[in-house]
Amino acid sequence: MSGGLVTDVTMFVLAVLVGFEVISKVPATLHTPLMSGANSIHGIILLGVVIVAGSARTPLEYALVAVAAAFATANVVGGYLVTDRMLEMFRTRDGRRGQAARGGSTPQTAGGKVPAPRGATGSEVAR
Amino acid sequence: MSAVEQLGYLAAAVAFVLGLRLMNSPATARRGNLLSAAGMVLALAITAVRLAGNTETLTGPVVLLAGVAVGAAGGALLARRVPMTGMPQLVSLFNAVGGGAAALVAVTEYVRLAPAVGAQTTVSALLDVVIGGVTFTGSLIAAGKLQGWVTGNPVLFPGRRAVSVALVAIVVAGAVWLLITPNVPVLVVVIVAAAAFGVAMVLPIGGADMPVVISLLNAFTGTAVAMAGFVLNSVALIIAGALVGASGTILTKLMADAMNRSVVAVLVGGFGTGDAGPAAVGSADASVRSVTAEDAAIQLAYARKVIVVPGYGLAAAQAQHELSALAELLIERGVDVCYAIHPVAGRMPGHMNVLLAEANVPYPMLKEMDEVNDEFAVTDVALVVGANDVTNPAARRPGNPVSGMPILNVDAARSVIVIKRSMGHGYAGIDNELYTAPATGMLFADARSALAELTTSVRSLVG
Repeated sequence: MSGGLVTDVTMFVLAVLVGFEVISKVPATLHTPLMSGANSIHGIILLGVVIVAGSARTPLEYALVAVAAAFATANVVGGYLVTDRMLEMFRTRDGRRGQAARGGSTPQTAGGKVPAPRGATGSEVAR
Repeated sequence: MSAVEQLGYLAAAVAFVLGLRLMNSPATARRGNLLSAAGMVLALAITAVRLAGNTETLTGPVVLLAGVAVGAAGGALLARRVPMTGMPQLVSLFNAVGGGAAALVAVTEYVRLAPAVGAQTTVSALLDVVIGGVTFTGSLIAAGKLQGWVTGNPVLFPGRRAVSVALVAIVVAGAVWLLITPNVPVLVVVIVAAAAFGVAMVLPIGGADMPVVISLLNAFTGTAVAMAGFVLNSVALIIAGALVGASGTILTKLMADAMNRSVVAVLVGGFGTGDAGPAAVGSADASVRSVTAEDAAIQLAYARKVIVVPGYGLAAAQAQHELSALAELLIERGVDVCYAIHPVAGRMPGHMNVLLAEANVPYPMLKEMDEVNDEFAVTDVALVVGANDVTNPAARRPGNPVSGMPILNVDAARSVIVIKRSMGHGYAGIDNELYTAPATGMLFADARSALAELTTSVRSLVG
């Protein structure tokens, strides 16, 4: 076993342990975004495609590089964008978009009557 | 490699780890993803600069850029266009291409080196192409099942175990051959066998278990990428790949636990049956009490505390905006409203949170199962929208398909309103005892129109 391989294996094992620790503390709420986020990180294979592109010399290798580059880039770009799109929507009551924008996206409830004036009416009938 | 480059890769690795750490909390999650993306840009920039000064031919970078352009355009388009309900299959698709790319990287390097391939490279490349090949086809089938292009039912063709065993035998035999005599055609045979195995592995698994499968395949891709790192001797690939491999494994176990399934049982297959077919209204039991939208609206409008229980049916009907509008109206009237989110509501853990977030529901209103389960007893109305098995009290008894599954204590609420199209079964394929309970009123309708009708009724009630 060469010194380089030993270093590589060391890195691999330590990274696995870090991965276990980081993830075990994430609440279920964020599992889908998290899975998508982890999914984008393995798009780093694009880095590998760049490396093999530098040493490619035959038409077969070029073809393989082109397909691999398209796949890996779709993984990276799509992965990060879609994760961001999901997370963008997690917001607190204060930080959210206005009522107007919301009404526009729900035709069934928009454009009806003006919301009734609020006040101490009716609701205290509750048991 | 220079020290500067190495430190740059280290910075990228730190960004990935910290990014995942920040994704622990909804408040910092978005920043975490951006940090992770920044690490990715840094790692790629360093590698690209190195390539620019050290390339065999100009054609390599040119075809690389062409591929990057196509992939970036396609990925961005899909990421922006696909509706939130289609998110799980999109993640699966991105996972498939990632696994495919990992396999192709090893193939390219192998083709370049052949026939002078060392044993260490051969082993790494073999692991990479086998895992990557299985992931590529497996993830495509999983995405197809969720999208409805491939049947969600378990496909149990005769002799499937024999086929799987034969495919494994081909892979092993090919691997031995390659260790003795490196050559490209045998590597291709191994890849084809691995890809066929991916199909054979996922086809027999039911649609309900797909989230677990996708998560597992996500971990596979991470591992394949780490193996590609061994082939190319790239520390960045090894660290990032191992990180994803470990995180995906943990996530897979969490998902399986929440569904009361073991990962092994999922892979053996034969439980989930996909989406339930519609059954005739009220056919299951004569004691089902049906309510009108007006009745339900009165109950909701005059309740003190309402817990909403959303399920996959809500997502399928794309009714999250209507639900949010109804909840807003009730809150305006002073009703205490929150959402009870079962760990597997929607199509995978956290999916329902995303759908509700899209409809502008503030996340503090979403409560997880353990947090909310005791509150049902002091709740006037539990509004169940398109959720089924996760509310079935039968889970508390042994001897049926949902036994032991953690459920929401919806039956403890004083009154229950269930919005559902029919008495059809959920994934578990059994009757839901909640529907026939005396406190339960069934509102048979499409979730979207029913919720809009409820909102209108509540409005007219309060004037």
